[in-house]
Amino acid sequence: MNTFDAKQVRLDFPILQQNVHGKRLVYLDNAATSQKPQAVINRLNDYYSHDNANVHRAVHALSERSTHAYEQARIDIQKFINAKDAHEIIFVRGTTEAINLVAQSYGRPQFKAGDEIIISHMEHHSNIVPWQMLCEQTGAILRVIPVNDAGEVILEEYERLLNPRTKLVAIVHMSNALGTINPIEQMIKQAHALNVPVLIDGAQATAHLTVDVQKLDCDFYAFSSHKLFGPTGIGVLYGKAKLLAAMTPYQGGGDMISRVSFAKTEYREIPHKFEAGTPHIAGVIGLGAAINYIKQLDLPAVHAYEQQLLNYATEQLLTISKLRLIGTAKNKAAILAFILEDIHAHDVATILDSEGIAVRAGHHCTMPLMERFNVPATVRASLAFYNSREDVDALIAGLHKVREIFK
Amino acid sequence: MNLRELYQEVIIDHSRHPRNFHENAAANHHAEGFNRLCGDKLTLFLKIENDIIQDASFIGAGCAISTASASLMTEFLKGKTEAQAKEMFENFHQMLTLENPPASINDQLGKLTVLTGVREFPSRVKCATLAWHTLQAALTNKVQPVSTEEDLIEP
Repeated sequence: MNTFDAKQVRLDFPILQQNVHGKRLVYLDNAATSQKPQAVINRLNDYYSHDNANVHRAVHALSERSTHAYEQARIDIQKFINAKDAHEIIFVRGTTEAINLVAQSYGRPQFKAGDEIIISHMEHHSNIVPWQMLCEQTGAILRVIPVNDAGEVILEEYERLLNPRTKLVAIVHMSNALGTINPIEQMIKQAHALNVPVLIDGAQATAHLTVDVQKLDCDFYAFSSHKLFGPTGIGVLYGKAKLLAAMTPYQGGGDMISRVSFAKTEYREIPHKFEAGTPHIAGVIGLGAAINYIKQLDLPAVHAYEQQLLNYATEQLLTISKLRLIGTAKNKAAILAFILEDIHAHDVATILDSEGIAVRAGHHCTMPLMERFNVPATVRASLAFYNSREDVDALIAGLHKVREIFK
Repeated sequence: MNLRELYQEVIIDHSRHPRNFHENAAANHHAEGFNRLCGDKLTLFLKIENDIIQDASFIGAGCAISTASASLMTEFLKGKTEAQAKEMFENFHQMLTLENPPASINDQLGKLTVLTGVREFPSRVKCATLAWHTLQAALTNKVQPVSTEEDLIEP
């Protein structure tokens, strides 16, 4: 029994109640950033209206309130991804910073020339470039798992790449450009068999899948608030306590120290040693509100609804002539990337925009993947639970309009 | 927003069947235009003798607006002097970027006015101007590819 009502939920998102170019807004760019429910907007407003103060510093009432709300959000996030301990939740600016933190704090002090880092061909630039920088700094080598024509990692190749020189595997949970859900549980097991730790880029996955970091047994899990209906500018790095405790801080400053003298500085325990300076307090509290909003939905029903909507949209798209879907993995979610064989993605996006339909056109920060599929750019419609069949139908009507204009 | 103003039949036609769409081994001026964010790419070939553009052609891949703009530009350029080409670059740029372009500009632009509709689509102006900025680079044989994706931080 599906207890999820997308139409009702859409009303929780004030931004969606508007017309664009005189048409009902159809927001299908959720993989770029998701919209925010009223509950999150209200929480930010409340925080700045009543509780704003720096955290962990003062004894006054406002600071106690803001510190409590900030640390409560950490606990809410810990529970949301089922981390063992709230100390394993580090606040960063976003997925990108989380990955850079691991590259610089975990990788840089210990990786040596000839060590190997494995990523996949479908990674976002944010899970490629930090490792390339680390390779330049240490002499380590980047190895890339190829993907097949459906946009799935080729597991036999992964198995072949894993070897005693492998020092880290960094792989995306769910691809932003294809929608592919990678078999990460299995891939983590394979890496662990060689004592290789695994970082998961969860930027897309957290909004569409249930994430249980203990069940996955991943060593690091990175995600962003803004793709999860929370504010921009805040994200999370989960790391196993044992690994985090052994790592040196990423940045130095206030709030991350236990004692400073000019001779020597002692760092605080995790997570604080990784949170130098005044953090994005409002962002953290807003992310907590987003997670509380999501948790009051019937999540299994939400995920089932999204899957049905994806299937419906896929069927409908395939009725458009000369449309080629990019990303047809058996196990995928929420992303519909495609090209019209004779019309450039940017022209498609401009015409859809004039119909009030927001999609993304471009390389989606996955240039190597675009080359793999031999396309300069794709059109990407990405779903969230507040989208409906009506939105999909508008997209299809918009594509018919594209065809008509380019007749 | 008037889509038909943007995607006029002439533009669709030139994007489907770009004119002067080939390399030219005899060209003595070349330049590359590349908007790396959107991926539009073109190489321009000019053969200039005695200050007259004897031949103009291009190759590349891009959206309908950038392809049609390059196609229309190469058509215009043939037989023009360098000074005339530079003057038209200014006119074209003014048509797309000035808030109130002078009324006389349309007479000067002639056929190129089919691209006027791009004005209403600020995110697409860079597509229409890529070929013309590439032209400027070709006239000076600039080696670095040019881009019309500007730094959005105003000076």
